[in-house]
This record gives sequence, structure tokens and C-alpha cells, in this order.
Amino acid sequence: MHQNNYNDKELEAIALKVRAHIIRMSTGGGCFTGASLSAVDLIVYLYGRFLNITQANLNDPERDYLFLSKGHDVPALYGTLAELGIIHKERLDNHLSIDDSIYWHPNTRIQGVEFHSGSLGHLPSVAVGVAMDIKICGGSNKVVCILGDGELNEGTCWEAMLVANAYKLDNLIFVVDRNHFQANVRTEDLIPLEPLADKFEAFGASVKRINGHDFNALHQAFSSYPFQEGKVNVVIADTIRGKGLPSIQERADRWFCNFSAQEVGQLLLELHGHDTTSLTSETLIVR
Amino acid sequence: MTYEELLTQTALADEQIIVMTAENRALVRNLPGILGKRFIDTGITEQTMIGAAAGLALRDRVPVVHALAAFLTMRAFEFVRTDVGIANLPVKLSGFIPGFLSDANGPTHQAIEDISIMRGIPNLTVFAPADEDDLIKMLPEIWASDDPAYTRINTRQTGYEHTPFEIGKAEVVAEGSDVTILTYGLLFEQALIALEFLRKEGLSVGLINMRSLKPVDEEAILNAASQSKLLVTLEDHFLTGGLYTIVAEVLLKYYSTARVLPIALSEKWFKPALLPDVLQHEGFTGKQIAEKILGYKTRYQQPPVLTPQFSE
Repeated sequence: MHQNNYNDKELEAIALKVRAHIIRMSTGGGCFTGASLSAVDLIVYLYGRFLNITQANLNDPERDYLFLSKGHDVPALYGTLAELGIIHKERLDNHLSIDDSIYWHPNTRIQGVEFHSGSLGHLPSVAVGVAMDIKICGGSNKVVCILGDGELNEGTCWEAMLVANAYKLDNLIFVVDRNHFQANVRTEDLIPLEPLADKFEAFGASVKRINGHDFNALHQAFSSYPFQEGKVNVVIADTIRGKGLPSIQERADRWFCNFSAQEVGQLLLELHGHDTTSLTSETLIVR
Repeated sequence: MTYEELLTQTALADEQIIVMTAENRALVRNLPGILGKRFIDTGITEQTMIGAAAGLALRDRVPVVHALAAFLTMRAFEFVRTDVGIANLPVKLSGFIPGFLSDANGPTHQAIEDISIMRGIPNLTVFAPADEDDLIKMLPEIWASDDPAYTRINTRQTGYEHTPFEIGKAEVVAEGSDVTILTYGLLFEQALIALEFLRKEGLSVGLINMRSLKPVDEEAILNAASQSKLLVTLEDHFLTGGLYTIVAEVLLKYYSTARVLPIALSEKWFKPALLPDVLQHEGFTGKQIAEKILGYKTRYQQPPVLTPQFSE
């Protein structure tokens, strides 16, 4: 089955374009800019080099599955789907339009989205069900589920880990977008997660921890899939919230952003290496 | 035929069926050996079981999932609503010991808001068979449908032979000009007793086994309302959101009204004990139901109520 096989340079170029899409979606109502920017490289890598998902095989029963459990990082997914030709780029202009379905969380009206999310801690179990069926069928599809680190507060993530371990789902890969932030504060200041790898290992998983913005490191980790026979794979990807935009990077108050049109223009310049933007628009509190 | 026999036969004939349980095996004991990998026990994880059932349904499976009705509908509520309901996947929920059938377990185990919350989920259908005969007649239709479904599992033997089942249709057992009792689930047994006592008192009495609570048989409700001077809604459920509410909704929808006597659990959990004592204490024996409708005591003898076997 066909799959993309972009090299690191090509992946970087795609990721830059995806970041620009996210910035353009961060106005006229806004979106979860910071949390989307941390997940970009992960999502671009997975579609660009690891998963056999392309426009041609979206309904093929042998395709791999990607579930975005974190959900609010969906601009990163839509930007990637647009850059890879799974949805039309112009469609991103419909962000938040009543006439389309490009809203703040993923939904299956958008081609390429396997399942809706938004309520945290749901897709680990849905991914477990899909991975179970692939095992029953004797298939070789891979199932990736991207989780937020704040999402790991939800008990059902760990419940799903128990069940995945019991059923030896080594075709299942949980990827944690470890950007170290909950919605409003740093994870370690609210509900500490470290030592996180130890927690997953104690649940029976085989764990790799890498820099989630380094395509070479991502490839090193994912190319050893399955990490260990009979064990659930976990990748903890250390990332930076707001990666690519120094003016919002790692700022607790820049979770959900609704920039003015002028700011979007400046941020696009900032993304391409120009000076840091001075932002005046307020951050909306959505949660 | 038992529930387990029917499920075995159905799953053997249809490779798409997956039997799941959150470690409630009372009615699926022999299925692991028979179905192999198509039997999945997720342990005591109702939420994960429902999420995984949604995942299996995405792969074109039809998961029949089992747990105690209270935990299936409440612990896992958001998973049913969000993963099964929004996606409209054909996951079939089998809730054990619903309503009074949880007898001595206590209020933690009392699923007496299950009808209310399950029918509130778009796309979800809701069923409550009167006994094992009814259950076995209903399930093949429920499982064959493309809709997600919640069924109150009731395996009691009553000796009553039900008519064939159709989704959205009630079973009209009798029509009457004075009173019509509308009921579902295990109270059907007691309604039959009440029917007999009320007739001995000279009343013309109707009885409807509602069976399919969503979609509901509006015509049966409207006919009863126009034919009888009094409707009685009889249910082992909170007064809020169950059959009494359904009847009210249907009557309003068609600009109609009726005198309705609701017999349900009003703003209270029931006192836990073995089933015969629960019915007696809460006023749900056939004799007590008849006397509530009549407004006076009778000399009739309430027949014994069969105690269910413990089935955790």
C-alpha cells in the first residue's frame, strides 16, 4: 500500500506551511494556537513518513489509523491534511464558518478524520477497539492515538492502557504531545506527571521519549515499531507549546488565541524568522 | 431459549458480532470458549468497554456489550452519548439487573433513571422486555437493526406467551374502557395480576406491554387515552423521564390529554431487599397496584413473586 516518504527537509517545509495555516486560523474567532503548534511536527511526521494514509486509500481496510484524542490541536491536523492533498487548502478559509464543519474539535465530516473528539480521554479506548479488531482479523495496520499531556489527568487514558496491555496490543501506539502545559498552567505545577515514562512502563508499555520537533529523532523512534512484541508502544514526544512563534511560546496565557488580522500578518512574518510580534489582542478563556 | 443460547446462535451465524463484557459474565458464561477472540472481557472498565465497542463498530463490527445496567448507563454515560450516540454506531447495550431486579444490591446498583438518560441520547433506541419470552422475541430485531440500542435485560419466566415483536410497536394485551395499564419490564407480571383483580371488581381494563420505549408506539398510547377513562403508567423507574413522561410527551404532541395515574418511584431510591419484599414494601405487587387504581382494599390474595437468582 502506498505511503508518503518525505525526507527531513521536505517534512520541515510541510510543517512550516502547516504552522502558517494554524496562524491564519487563529483569527475571526480563533483557535487553540499554542496546543496546535506543539503537535505540528508529530502529525506531519506521522502522515509524511510513517502511516500509510493517503488520499487514495482513506477507506482501505488495510490503512493505518490516526486518532487525535487531544482534539483541540485539530488545526494542525487540518493543515497537514490540506498540505498532503487530503482536503482542499481553500477549505481552511472556512474555519468556523456555519457553512462548513471546520470548528474547534475534529469531526468526521472532514475527510481524513477517523473519529470525532473533544472530550478528553475517549479516543484511547476507541483506538483500543480498532486495534483489537485488527488483531482479530490478523491485519498489519498500525493504530496511532495522539494524547495531550494534560489529557493524562483523565482516568480513562489509564484504564485503556490496562486493557491494551491485557490484550497485548503491540499494533497500538500512544503518542503523548508532552508540551508541559495544561489549559491554564504547567502540568507539573498542577497535576505532576513525571516520571511519566515510568508510569507507562509500569502499565506494561514499551516507551520511547524523544524531542517531538526533531524529525530525525521521530524517525529513529517510530522506525523501531513495534518496539517490543506483545507490548503497547508509547512515544513521549517532548514539545514546546506555541513552537515556532516566540511571542506566544510557552506562555500560559496563550492557549486559545484570537488575533487581529494585523497580528496574523505580523505572526506570519515572525514564523519566517522576523522580529517578535508585540501582541495586544486578549486571550479568550474557553475552558 | 435463553439469552445466552440466542446470543450464541446469533454470533455463530454472524461473524460481525463481537460479545463484550465489563466482567459481568452471568449471562455469557459459555461464550469465551465458543467465540474465542470474538469474546472480549475488558475487566471492570465500563467506559473503556464502550469506547472500544465504538472502535470495533468503526471496523463494521456489531458489538453486543454487557454490564450491570446502572454502570453501563451511568458510569459510561458520556462514552455512550459521545462515542456511540454522536457517531450513530450499532453498539448493542445489554443492561443487567435493571430497575427492581437489582433487588438487595442497594441504591448504587439501582438503574431507575436508565430509560430517561438513554432515550435522551439522539439515535439511541431503548427497549424493555417483560420477561424472557419477550426478550427472546425482541432481541433478534434489536440486534439486526442499524441503530445503537439499550435493552433492559429481563430473563424472568412468567409463562406468558408474547406476540411477535416489531420495533416501535407495543403489545396490546387487552383493551378496556375504564382503565388501561401501560407498563414495561418485570412489572408486566404484576400488571397481569392487577388486571385480573380489577376485572373481578367489574372494571373494563386494558393492558399494554410497551416493550419499545424509543421509538415508542404513539398510536397505542393515543388509542388507550381515547378509549379509557384512566391511564395508569406503571414502571420500576423514577417518575421523571420514564414512561409517565413519555405518555405526557405523546399526549401533548397530539394536542390530547388524559387522566393519568403514575405508579413509579417519585424522588426516591427503593429500599433494598429480595425482590418479593421490595415489591411489597414499595407498593408494586399486583394486588397493591389494583388497590391503588380502585381506591380501596380488596380481599384478593397476591400470588407469590419468584425470587430471582443472584447474578452479579
